[in-house]
Amino acid sequence: MFDIEKWQEIFDVVKANKLRTFLTAFSVSWGIFMLIILLGAGQGLRNGFEAEFKDDAINSVWIRTGNTSMAYKGMKPNRRIQLTNEDFDLIKNSFEDIDHITGRDGGWGAQMDYKEKTGNFPYRGVHPDHQVLENTIMITGRFLNNTDVREKTKVAIIGQDVVVELFGNEDPIGKYFSMWKVPFKVIGTFNDEGSRWENKMVYIPVSTAQQVFGGKPNLDQVMFTTGTTPQDRVTQIVEETTQMLSDKLVFDPSDSKAMYARNNAEEYKMFTGIFTGINAFVWIIGVMTIIAGVVGISNIMMITVKERTKEIGIRKALGATPGSVVSMILLEAVVITTIAGYTGLVLGVFSLEYISTLASEPGTFMNPGVDFTVALTSTLVLVVAGSIAGLIPALQAAKVKPIVALRDE
Amino acid sequence: MIKLTGINKSYKVGNRSLQVLKNVNLHIKAGEMVSIMGSSGSGKSTLLNILGILDTYDDGEYLLNDALILGMNETKAARHRNKMIGFIFQSFNLITFKNAMENVALPLYYQGMSRKKRNALALEYLDRVGLKEWAEHMPSEMSGGQKQRVAIARALISKPKIILADEPTGALDSKTSVDVMKLLREINQEGITIIIVTHEKDIADATDRNIVLKDGEVMTVNKAGEVIS
Repeated sequence: MFDIEKWQEIFDVVKANKLRTFLTAFSVSWGIFMLIILLGAGQGLRNGFEAEFKDDAINSVWIRTGNTSMAYKGMKPNRRIQLTNEDFDLIKNSFEDIDHITGRDGGWGAQMDYKEKTGNFPYRGVHPDHQVLENTIMITGRFLNNTDVREKTKVAIIGQDVVVELFGNEDPIGKYFSMWKVPFKVIGTFNDEGSRWENKMVYIPVSTAQQVFGGKPNLDQVMFTTGTTPQDRVTQIVEETTQMLSDKLVFDPSDSKAMYARNNAEEYKMFTGIFTGINAFVWIIGVMTIIAGVVGISNIMMITVKERTKEIGIRKALGATPGSVVSMILLEAVVITTIAGYTGLVLGVFSLEYISTLASEPGTFMNPGVDFTVALTSTLVLVVAGSIAGLIPALQAAKVKPIVALRDE
Repeated sequence: MIKLTGINKSYKVGNRSLQVLKNVNLHIKAGEMVSIMGSSGSGKSTLLNILGILDTYDDGEYLLNDALILGMNETKAARHRNKMIGFIFQSFNLITFKNAMENVALPLYYQGMSRKKRNALALEYLDRVGLKEWAEHMPSEMSGGQKQRVAIARALISKPKIILADEPTGALDSKTSVDVMKLLREINQEGITIIIVTHEKDIADATDRNIVLKDGEVMTVNKAGEVIS
């Protein structure tokens, strides 16, 4: 039952011991504040990491080539290894497990003009399956199809930033713009949740890019997905692909500079494991912090009871029952813990909100925060912790003998 | 009002048992004002604690207002103290962070009375001891005599049947002591039984009857105040 008299009595005691109350409250507040910040930071790291992966299909393999760093079969190092359409076809036809595959041939800073507006944007020549690999979300129109690649059509799918910068409020679908003076027709617009560059991208058919801007059937990368193929098999596919390309293009299969294959699923699994570990670590530290807080309060309350022995003795002589003494000490601990803990909780959440505004871009740290359940659980834990912290001192207070206490000078 | 028959009380001191009260027989009538005297270690504080239900006794019988005080749990003892007994201590025992009015009102808090009502009553009792103007003052701002008068108002507020005073003038100068004794006599004249533990002869002489304790036993005293057995 809510007994206003009891609360006023507790308020009087708290008011009379401002410094002690503040110090107790501060230790609890700090503990909870740190717990929330730690949990939020853990979440921020996870969010950042997941945003990085959200950009791309998780079950994907990305192959790119570069210059060799090892001598191989009489060849010197520092030799350029170049992927071509032939390699693309070789990979595509070698594995039944592949369900989506695309090549990529692109460049940075292509000059693009529409009416009097002009800008420099990156472009990529890709296959239709690129949409799946890059998790490209179409806003209007359509993505590239096989006909576009076969016919080498001059069509383009443009990112949201390109729409805004070149077309403003105008609907770009069906409009022509020029890329390095070559006209392209906009057939779709997209959104991509990846890095800030993704929405500045312009996609055109890979065949068109090769013919118009390079003149060679070269590819920068080949990427494919393997559907529900088990991880062991994907690893095997990566190894076989590496061996196959090593034989064909003549480089050491262990030379990661010559060819690098990124297995997203494997990386995702590894990072998930790391984050589960970090999460557990954060919780352990958090729980330890709360336990330290509880022990701290209990300790301070013990000292308080010792300090207040005489007062408790007087109260008992005047008619305080053991129950009323227990509830007085216990409620004081619970009130201090709850208010202080809640303050720490709110400050922690607000701090995270503030940090979140500074780290809203995808990166290694993004949108730190704690969910409602965690906040609610923490509050409940606080009340329980406060009760536990106050219980031993309260029972000790109830045992105070008025005669002994009144002699206590 | 108070009837003690064959009360014994001993404390454990290390492995030894120290008998503090020996076969104490005592009868105090309602409305009496008596003093208990004795040298240090004679058992007078122990007797007062037993009378105030602050301590238990080993054997014998204690009847307070015809009710047997024996084997009470702490809760029941606290309620009994609150309704039946008012305490006055040598060192006043006011709660330092409460003002005079809140100190006086405290026994009523444990009776479940609302703050407004008990503060109003506390003001009445402070008025009675001549300290109405000091209601909002903290104990640290008061003199010894004022503190003791606050303690007396606190002892009276729950309309007890008995007031137990442990050296009530022990920390006061002689003039203030006289004032306090006068106040206690006035209270006694309203029908409240008062038992004063003291080692001062003047104080004992100001009461109706003097009980002398020696080595835990009640002595018989003649009219001149001399112990005869």
